[in-house]
Amino acid sequence: MAGNVNHDYHILEPDIWPLVGSISALTFTSGMVLSFYPDLFGTASSIVMWAGLAGLIATFFMWFKNIVVEAQRGDHTPVVQLHMRYGMILFIASEVMFFVGWFWSFFDFALFPTPLEVIGAGTADQETINNFGVAGAQASLVPEGMEVLDPFSLPLLNTLILLCSGTTVTWAHHSLIHGDREGLKQGLWATIALGVLFSAIQAYEYAVAPFNFGQNTYSSAFYMATGFHGFHVIIGTIFLAVCLFRAYKGHFTPRQHFGFEAAAWYWHFVDVVWLFLFIAIYIWGGWGAPVH
Amino acid sequence: MATTAEGFDAPTAGHGGDHSHDHADHKPGFFARWFMSTNHKDIGTLYLIFAIIAGIVGGAISGIMRMELAEPGIQYLQFWAQFMGGTSDINTALHMWNVFITAHGLIMVFFMVMPAMIGGFGNWFVPLMIGAPDMAFPRMNNVSFWLTVAGFFSLLFSLFVPGGTGPGAGVGWTVYAPLSTTGSVGPAVDFAIFSLHLAGAGSILGATNFITTIFNMRAPGMTLHKMPLFVWSVLVTAFLLLLALPVLAAAITMLLTDRNFGTTFFDPAGGGDPVLYQHLFWFFGHPEVYIMILPGFGMISQIVATFSRKPVFGYLGMAYAMVAIGVVGFIVWAHHMYTVGLDVNTKMYFTAATMVIAVPTGVKIFSWIATMWGGSMEFKSPMVWAMGFIFLFTVGGVTGVVLANGGIDDNLHDTYYVVAHFHYVLSMGAVFSLFAGFYYWFPKMSGKMHSELLSHIHFWLFFVGVNVIFFPQHFLGMNGMPRRYPDYPEAFAFWNEISTYGYLIMAGSMLIFFANLAYAFTAGRKAGNNPWGEGATTLEWTLSSPPPFHQFETLPVIEDHHDYHDHMPRDERPATA
Repeated sequence: MAGNVNHDYHILEPDIWPLVGSISALTFTSGMVLSFYPDLFGTASSIVMWAGLAGLIATFFMWFKNIVVEAQRGDHTPVVQLHMRYGMILFIASEVMFFVGWFWSFFDFALFPTPLEVIGAGTADQETINNFGVAGAQASLVPEGMEVLDPFSLPLLNTLILLCSGTTVTWAHHSLIHGDREGLKQGLWATIALGVLFSAIQAYEYAVAPFNFGQNTYSSAFYMATGFHGFHVIIGTIFLAVCLFRAYKGHFTPRQHFGFEAAAWYWHFVDVVWLFLFIAIYIWGGWGAPVH
Repeated sequence: MATTAEGFDAPTAGHGGDHSHDHADHKPGFFARWFMSTNHKDIGTLYLIFAIIAGIVGGAISGIMRMELAEPGIQYLQFWAQFMGGTSDINTALHMWNVFITAHGLIMVFFMVMPAMIGGFGNWFVPLMIGAPDMAFPRMNNVSFWLTVAGFFSLLFSLFVPGGTGPGAGVGWTVYAPLSTTGSVGPAVDFAIFSLHLAGAGSILGATNFITTIFNMRAPGMTLHKMPLFVWSVLVTAFLLLLALPVLAAAITMLLTDRNFGTTFFDPAGGGDPVLYQHLFWFFGHPEVYIMILPGFGMISQIVATFSRKPVFGYLGMAYAMVAIGVVGFIVWAHHMYTVGLDVNTKMYFTAATMVIAVPTGVKIFSWIATMWGGSMEFKSPMVWAMGFIFLFTVGGVTGVVLANGGIDDNLHDTYYVVAHFHYVLSMGAVFSLFAGFYYWFPKMSGKMHSELLSHIHFWLFFVGVNVIFFPQHFLGMNGMPRRYPDYPEAFAFWNEISTYGYLIMAGSMLIFFANLAYAFTAGRKAGNNPWGEGATTLEWTLSSPPPFHQFETLPVIEDHHDYHDHMPRDERPATA
């Protein structure tokens, strides 16, 4: 039986995109460093970063295009589909740990604030409270007088938008399973629209927020955590848009549609991260501070 | 899925070298094969070559450091400052010292040990040992490798741009703030940070790949509880990578924003907390040290069993000891931070939790000894390295138990005692297991036999060399010599001189290693399917040496009387077992 492939695994031909993608990633990160130091490398050096980014985008595009082509060709046997499920779950697990890092810094600032006199904003005998409400702690996460965003205004709206988008993506999924292609498209359109709306509201909030990125640790942790979340929303929206495009192309069957499921999983992950952000940073983090 | 195949219980069965493999042996052209690879064995080879190159660079840097430390005073650093930075200014010279420390640490951890163990041997042998034709995601496997190379290049770039009082990143492998933020002006540290981002991304993708492969591509009959221990070790390692590296990514991203975008995550003047960086770093860093040693544990288990001609003692205990080490490894991180001002209760917890790790580690050490006990032992090259590992890793483990004590560490923290400790577990633990694995699998990978004589000379010289380097460093540390300085008082001169002689012995042994490689490739005997005899029972020995380009095109079926079944009651085992 030599020479006969007698298993269902997907053995791939050599591929140039891993190499291109890695070179692009190195170009991108190196270009970023160059752009941090315009005095040293000139202002034009940021072109290196953009070139790297273009290479990365091209890599992602071609890579996923190849996967879609292979899926349509029938290379994705049941066991290969199971690979992808494992892969996606593990990828999301690593993403969760990435957010753990940002929450860790946020809770560090909230629970163990730096003494006021160290910051130069008060004296040692001034009593303030930490975010457990414990008097006698040395400082607070949000410095006295600092305005925060009202959690029950636009952030609450955004929470409802994301929760709603979680239901519309499920609507799309159930439509797909039951062979209702129109429902699939409508559900996806609705989800993408809600995703774009979320990003737009988030951008508006950033524009009008009463504090800026480097103002203090609260603002830095706020912008980095919500910013990375927003970046993930955009990625998830693109992922869903690709699924919508594929839906119009007639891809996905009621039995095999992992590309869609992966996008939905990712979307739910983004949704859950938001709930933690909303509760921990917007509500609990800003509790008691004057709102904008 | 195909479920029928010839039995793979005997070393001679299966896809032996005499079969013709039209499809299986069709190899792509040179560029496509090595730059666009989707083949786990070729990618494993690339990783091993890369790790050897990185090891030479990292080892040469330690040579520079041992040369400087051979006697008190500043001898050579001004030369290096002139060479790298164009000035012999003393501050640049001292900065170069920090750069060497940083480069040595980062290269050895991220670009030597990890690529060799997981990328090299993991890629080569996980699919072979579980009876799979390749990895689950062959393209992603390739991007993992090239991202590691990209990370190495980013670190190299950092050497040629300003990083403080001279070129290069002089921040230590831990990249502690504030030295890495306000303390190092210039792009070098940014390049070093992105080096970790790139290599880390590659490792996360690789971890995803290994977990998926191990969970989903085991051959029929290869249950988790029959899996070779090396595969178990890579599985646990992959989980550690997957869950620890993203936290590092977040931490070093905070460093970047602190450096370039005006945040104060780690700057108390802005309300930040430098100790927060240490927590985030070591939440990654402690699992990282198990990432570097667990695959070594796996290799040692295979080798000790092979050359004792016995199944490994307490197979399940060995597997779950690694799981336990991996789990507990996530909750002991602050034992690296005893001197930052943790309160005493925290130190008590971390002391106790750290000591707990000695239990599963002890299970492993004693099980290796019990495997050898009463075995038909053969002292081939992999076995002598494995026994060297068991002895020297235990020495490093014992000093680890000493350092686990918060009270004692108050005195020993940042002394050469710590340097001695972690080099015993790394350059004598991880590196000995790498050489053991290399000699064990070199015939399988290359199809050539290395010289047993040269391997043994290599072993004895290396063994003597590294002990002469590092054993005296315990004395230096006990006497209070601090880490990370290029100069020291006269009182520390004697043992430092001895330590440098040890380096020369070790470096000489590496010449023997490369001579051995040259010998094997030019004049080495052809290796058969299984050069190690009946003790080598895992699936890779059923294949030709080297294996066909695509192996297991018909999946092997693992039958019930496989040797890993030592947990089956003896009277229920088939007579052949």
